[in-house]
Amino acid sequence: MRQEQNNIFAKIDWLLVFLFLFLVGFGWMNIYAASRTTEDSELLSFTTKHGKQFVFICCTIPLIVLILFFNSKFYEKFSSIFYLISIASLIGLFIFGKKINGATSWYNFGSIGLQPSEFVKAFTALAIAKLLSDRKYNLKLIKNQIKAFIIIFIPAILITLQPDAGSALIYLAFFLVLNREGLTLNYLLFGALLILVFILIIFFGYIPISLWLIGLISIGLFYAIYRGGKRFIRFNWHKVLMIYVLTILFTFGTNFTYNTIFKQHHRDRFEVLLGLKIDTKNIGYNSYQSELTISSGSWTGKGFLKGDITKGDFVPEQHTDYIFSTVGEEWGFIGSSFVILLFMLMLYRIIYLAEKHTNKFGRIYGYGVASILFFHLIINLGMVIGLMPTVGIPLPFFSYGGSSLWGFTILLFIFIRLDAHKNYDW
Amino acid sequence: MKRSFLLYFLITLIGIIFIARLFQLQIIRGANYDPIRNSAVKIKYDYPERGYVYDRNETLLVANQLSYDIMIQPNKVSPLDTLEFCDLLKIDKEYFLKSFRRAEKYATYKPSVFLKQLSKEDFAFLQEKLQKFKGFYIQKRIIREYPVKVAANVLGYIGEVNENMAKINNYYQQGELIGKDGIERQYEKILRGKKGKKFLSLNRFNTVTGSYLKGTYDTLSQNGKDLTLTLDIKLQAYAQKLMSGKRGGIVAIEPTTGEILALVTAPSYDPNMLVGRKRSKNSNFLMDPKNPDKPTYDRALMAQYAPGSPFKMMNALIGLQENVINSNTNFKCYEGYQYGRRKNEFMGCHCGIIGKPIYLKTAIARSCNSYFSNTFKRIVEKDNRPSEGLNSWSEHVKSFGLGNYLGYDLPAGASGRIPTGTFYDGRINYRWNASSIISNAIGQGDVETTPIQLANFTAAIANKGYFYTPHILKQIDKTPIEDPKFTIPKKTTIDKKHFSPIIEAMHEVFKTGTGKWSQVNGIEICGKTGTVENFANINGKKTQLKDHSILIAFAPKKNPKIALAIFVENGGYGSTIAAPISSLLIEKYISGSISKANKNREQRMLNLSLEKTYSQFN
Repeated sequence: MRQEQNNIFAKIDWLLVFLFLFLVGFGWMNIYAASRTTEDSELLSFTTKHGKQFVFICCTIPLIVLILFFNSKFYEKFSSIFYLISIASLIGLFIFGKKINGATSWYNFGSIGLQPSEFVKAFTALAIAKLLSDRKYNLKLIKNQIKAFIIIFIPAILITLQPDAGSALIYLAFFLVLNREGLTLNYLLFGALLILVFILIIFFGYIPISLWLIGLISIGLFYAIYRGGKRFIRFNWHKVLMIYVLTILFTFGTNFTYNTIFKQHHRDRFEVLLGLKIDTKNIGYNSYQSELTISSGSWTGKGFLKGDITKGDFVPEQHTDYIFSTVGEEWGFIGSSFVILLFMLMLYRIIYLAEKHTNKFGRIYGYGVASILFFHLIINLGMVIGLMPTVGIPLPFFSYGGSSLWGFTILLFIFIRLDAHKNYDW
Repeated sequence: MKRSFLLYFLITLIGIIFIARLFQLQIIRGANYDPIRNSAVKIKYDYPERGYVYDRNETLLVANQLSYDIMIQPNKVSPLDTLEFCDLLKIDKEYFLKSFRRAEKYATYKPSVFLKQLSKEDFAFLQEKLQKFKGFYIQKRIIREYPVKVAANVLGYIGEVNENMAKINNYYQQGELIGKDGIERQYEKILRGKKGKKFLSLNRFNTVTGSYLKGTYDTLSQNGKDLTLTLDIKLQAYAQKLMSGKRGGIVAIEPTTGEILALVTAPSYDPNMLVGRKRSKNSNFLMDPKNPDKPTYDRALMAQYAPGSPFKMMNALIGLQENVINSNTNFKCYEGYQYGRRKNEFMGCHCGIIGKPIYLKTAIARSCNSYFSNTFKRIVEKDNRPSEGLNSWSEHVKSFGLGNYLGYDLPAGASGRIPTGTFYDGRINYRWNASSIISNAIGQGDVETTPIQLANFTAAIANKGYFYTPHILKQIDKTPIEDPKFTIPKKTTIDKKHFSPIIEAMHEVFKTGTGKWSQVNGIEICGKTGTVENFANINGKKTQLKDHSILIAFAPKKNPKIALAIFVENGGYGSTIAAPISSLLIEKYISGSISKANKNREQRMLNLSLEKTYSQFN
């Protein structure tokens, strides 16, 4: 046993560990800059945000040791159990959860709160890996696709009901995993098309857009008839009809969803982002302040602890979701681009390692890790630099908060553990 | 293609986009982007003094006074002896805790108002004592003061900008003062001036380090401008006094300019009630929708009444213009006008001249309903097309500014109503003619006007065919207004020559007709009384109430100086209340005082109260 432990430490991917340590450490420095006030200069007081975060970081050490301690078979074997416990914890929220900021996403243990949705991501990734790694499993079959979708959407729906749509959005990342494992690219392309049409509808209204779409489809149809002749229509008329009906249903449905189901503050977020509404005081305040804070950093930034906008508490939630704006202000273009490059490096490394796995389970899980981190980066950084609508999810390893830090630690280190095993003899 | 390619590609793509965006934000826009909005700069406002308001004779109507608020900045408050503090401010502990929590909720590091508007005495006393309580201080503020306690409806009031307003309007911050009614609202931009801005740099401890960029962006404040109103405040005050105990409205206009001399709504209130610490209590009472007096409802501008008999002159003028009557036209009256075949289709008349020919002048002087019903019928059925006939009638009426907002410079108003042919086409589903709508002939039925519209109508008669849009503003900083809206006369559709017989007849009203008991020696008054039926829905039943007393008049007959309209709700006959009040106002305005002979009349009107009548149906 002891020997195996030693071997494990020799085999783990130190590059990922260093990236992890660096991001967490640098993240803490920025939390310190953002939450420090002149009165409390104590570093480790549990009453301050940076003090708490320090304790959270310290807690990851036993957590990591624990994760590395288990055999990688253990994770494969118990993945279904983990998944079921995760789902139970999400359901339990509706009974025992505590409402914070309008969403029931937290369990409360005295002064400490736990947000299960931060952990469920990792266990869903394990479950998906388990399902897809089955030798007999073929993703080309609709039946199997539905199985995978169920595993993904159960936690996503439970989280949406909290309601925390932002965290639920992350589950779409699994489509990248499914695609890697043989799901046709059409799903992703179709999704991207829907998003594009959605944005166009907000911009131009649904009537012009549906007219354009019908026009484009008709041109395509004429081309197809020109090429295929009357036979094309004879054999495909029902498909053509379906396309028309679905297009109209989708544009009307989008319009209805946007105007009736969405709340005004949702609409405002989109409209501010798309520049349809100029607003620096209310809805747009966060994004505007965040952009302004980042802009003020210039090339090299104002220096550690010297960001006066950060100091003035002008960006709301700066220590959590908007932590990257501190990086922008105090470390400038060089610092913030560097952080983005480090994240990219981490993702490349994970995919690279995953692809080298001979074990399907480990590869799929690694893909899950990379996709989840990637989605977090797109949504969080996109929001902070004003390219995405306001969706409150944390920046991995950086943002303040025990649950999210531990969640990402578990996510990453299970992969490191699986990866360390791969050179072992099976 | 390897399946891993897609994710590699996406990561690279997003990475490049994000870094490019950072480059755009941090290098291209850079630190100088929108420096004013940059939050490490704090804006300090320098508030100018709000303009004063005078009447046409330079009497000061609205001035400023200093008021003192106790401010609190919660994060600077150190533990204090609450009991002593509350005693000092004369507040109870509950108020203390409530205000403290409210301030904390607003922002712990920003000052907010703790206790509003101390008196000067309290200020002198507290100034020193308050120093030992950290986090509290006194801030000076300018509030309004009304030396003459009348014309609240014209002057309006100022109040704090609320959160919504501050969101919509970029100029205002929450809690600043803004005109909320009357001229304070209408001429807010002129009165308020422009606040100055000082941009101050903050260091990272959020304390001010000096002016930002050496004051490049700073602006100086500009004082508000003084306004001179067209009001004659003595006339206004006198009119308000005469209206005490009554409900209604009076509007007096100088016909040669369109200047509003008096704009009275009754009951009214002292404008000082909406200033100072009693303000919220008072405003609750004044604006209570259940308060039957509705003191904040400007009856002179907003109440729409049927004009009654004064409207007969309108029909006479149109009849003359359309050439359906002339000075030789006569009608006979048999105690009324039979407009339909059935017995009840009959409109009574009190002119008292039975079976003899009645000419225009007599018809006006004696207010003969039959004469004007016949005239109205001839106008409407001129070409045997009632709908078009009524449309052209309506055009004539509207040229006097009736049936639509007049366009005066006060923020309240009502359109009134002048029916058109189209109006009845949509409402009556059989072939209607003049008889179907005959009430309009005598200013009842569907005609509705506001007192200011009727006063303007009177001014147009006094001017023989044109009027200036009534207005309240005379000068800005002693420079006369030049707005063409108010300085260019508007012509009516009636030729000048048709007015002379009407004016003669109106003169007759005060010589021998219904106004003869309200004559004034030495002043030739032309006018017309009216008594308007009105109904109210009491306990679900349509009930006829006591008639409204109405009068329009102008004087003197040659070179008129004043034209007015007066409505007294449920005052009964026009001759019993409206006529004596208007003759007193005319005498006061033209002679400057009430002659001995008319003192009795004055006393009678001052003492007359209709409270009992009103209490019956409130």
